[in-house]
Amino acid sequence: MTQYAAIIYSRDVDWTLPEYADDMKQYNKFGEDNEAAIRGGAALYQTSTATTVRVKGARGGQIVTTDGPYAETKEALTGFYLLEAADLDEAIAMAAQIPGAWDGAVEVRPVIEFPG
Amino acid sequence: MKAGDQLAETIRIEGAGLLATLTRIVGDLSVAEEAVQEAAVAALRDWQVHGVPDSPRAWLTTTGRRKAIDILRREHARLSKERSGVELMDQSRSDDPPDTVLTDDLLRLIFTCCHPSLSPEARLALALRTLCQLSTRQVAAVMLTSESAVIKRLTRTRQKIALARIPYRVPADSELPERLVAVCGVVHALYTAGHSPPGGEDLISVDLCLEGLRLARLLHELLPDEPMPAAVLALILLTEGRRPARLTDKGDVVLLSDQDRSSWDKAMIAEGQNLLAYSLRRTGAVADPYQLQAAIAAEHDRAPNYHGTDWNEIIRLYDLLLSVAPSAPAALSRAVAIAERDGPASGLATLVGQPPSHRWHAVRSELLAKQGRYNEAVAAVTESLTGDLTGPERRFREGRRAIFLTSASRDRRQQ
Repeated sequence: MTQYAAIIYSRDVDWTLPEYADDMKQYNKFGEDNEAAIRGGAALYQTSTATTVRVKGARGGQIVTTDGPYAETKEALTGFYLLEAADLDEAIAMAAQIPGAWDGAVEVRPVIEFPG
Repeated sequence: MKAGDQLAETIRIEGAGLLATLTRIVGDLSVAEEAVQEAAVAALRDWQVHGVPDSPRAWLTTTGRRKAIDILRREHARLSKERSGVELMDQSRSDDPPDTVLTDDLLRLIFTCCHPSLSPEARLALALRTLCQLSTRQVAAVMLTSESAVIKRLTRTRQKIALARIPYRVPADSELPERLVAVCGVVHALYTAGHSPPGGEDLISVDLCLEGLRLARLLHELLPDEPMPAAVLALILLTEGRRPARLTDKGDVVLLSDQDRSSWDKAMIAEGQNLLAYSLRRTGAVADPYQLQAAIAAEHDRAPNYHGTDWNEIIRLYDLLLSVAPSAPAALSRAVAIAERDGPASGLATLVGQPPSHRWHAVRSELLAKQGRYNEAVAAVTESLTGDLTGPERRFREGRRAIFLTSASRDRRQQ
C-alpha cells in the first residue's frame, strides 16, 4: 500500500459558517465512506488567516513574516487528506469523491515513507 | 536491408514484448528497460556469430531475465526487488511466455505508458522508447527536441510511474473506453509524426508510419471488440494506402488532385474500409474523431478521380468532426473542401478568422492564385515558407512560389 496526500484547492471561504453546512455534510460523507483508507487530514481556515514565514539567510536568521498565503491563487489550498491506496488508480478514484474535486481541484501526490 | 540491420530489427520488434514481460516479473520499468537493452546487445553479438536461434523470443527472454537478475544484484536491490529477483531465478518455468500471457503483458505496458495521469508528451516519448524501442536520440528527432530533454523527460516519467504507483495492469472493462482515448491518441500521434518527418528526416532510420501502423494493428488485435482501436487502424490504412502516390521517385510532393490513383494500395484501402464499417457497427449514436477522419479518408479513396470527389459528403463529415473534436487542421481542410465545391472566394472567406499556420498560408496562396491574384499569392506562399517544413514540402512550395512570381510579372507586362 502507498500513502497519498490528497490536497484540496477550492473556494477560499470560512467553512465554519452555517452557509457551508451542506458542504461540510458532503465532506463528512466522504469521510464515512472512506474511513478505512483515511490516515489523516485537516480542513483549513481561509487564506486571509494565513501567515507565511521565512527565515533570512540560514537557520537562526531574521524571521520575516508576510500576511497571507504562500501564493495567491483563485482557488486556495483549503485542506488535505492522507489516503492509503494500492495504486494511483485507486487513489484517483477516491480523490474523485472529495467534494473539492468538483468545487475546484484535488492534487494527488505520493507520500515519502522514510525507513525506520 | 543488411543482415545486421535485419537482426537489429528483429530484436527491436521483439523488444517491446520482452520489456512487457520483464516489467511484470521485476515490477520495475527502469530495471526491465535496462535488462532489455543489455539483452539486445548480447543478442546482436551472439546471433551474428551463431545465427538466429529457433525461437528468438525465448532466447531474448532467457537472456533478459538473466540480465535483470544481474542488474538487481548490482543495485543492492531493495527488499521488494530482491523478492522478485528470487522469483526471476526460478528457472523451472518456461522462458517462452505463451501468447496469451504476452498479449496481457503488452496490454499492461501499453496502458501504463499511456496512463491519463501522464502528460501527452510524456506518453508519446515513453511509447516511442518502450513500445517502438527507439533510442533516445531517435525519440528526440521525432519529438523535435534535444536528446538531453528526452532523457530528462523519460527519467521523470519513469520516476512518476514508480513513486506514484501507476499500476501495471489492464483496466477493467468499464474503464476501457475512457482509457483507450489516451492510448489511441499516442498511436495516432506516432503515425502522424512519421507522416510528415521534420527537416532532419535522415536521423530517423525507423519508418514511423509503418511503426504507427504496426502498433495500431497490435492494439486492434489485442482488443478486437473495441471500436476505437479499429477506427484508428482503419484511418491509418486508408491514409497509408495512398502513400505510394504521394511523392515522386525524386521525393517531390504530388497533390491529391494530381496523384496516380492506380498506384494506391487497393488491398490496404479495402482493409481500412472494412475495419471502418466494423468499427461503426460497434458504436452507438455518436461517431468518434477517428471514425470521422477515417470516413473522410475513405471518401477520398472511393472517388474514381479528384474531379469525382463527393465534396458535399466530405464537408458534411468535416462539420461532424469539428463538432466532436474542433481543431485547426480540420477547419483548414474543411476550407479546402469548401473551395473545391463553391469556388476559391468561398474558400478564402472560410479561412478568415482561422489561426494562421504555415499550411494556412499555403492554402491561402493557392486560392489567391486561382483568382489570379498572383502578387498576394506570392506574399502568402512566402509567409508559408517560414514554418517548420519537411524537405519535400519546402521544395514544393518554393516551386509554387516561382510559378506565382512568373504569372505576376506576366500580368504586369500585359497591363
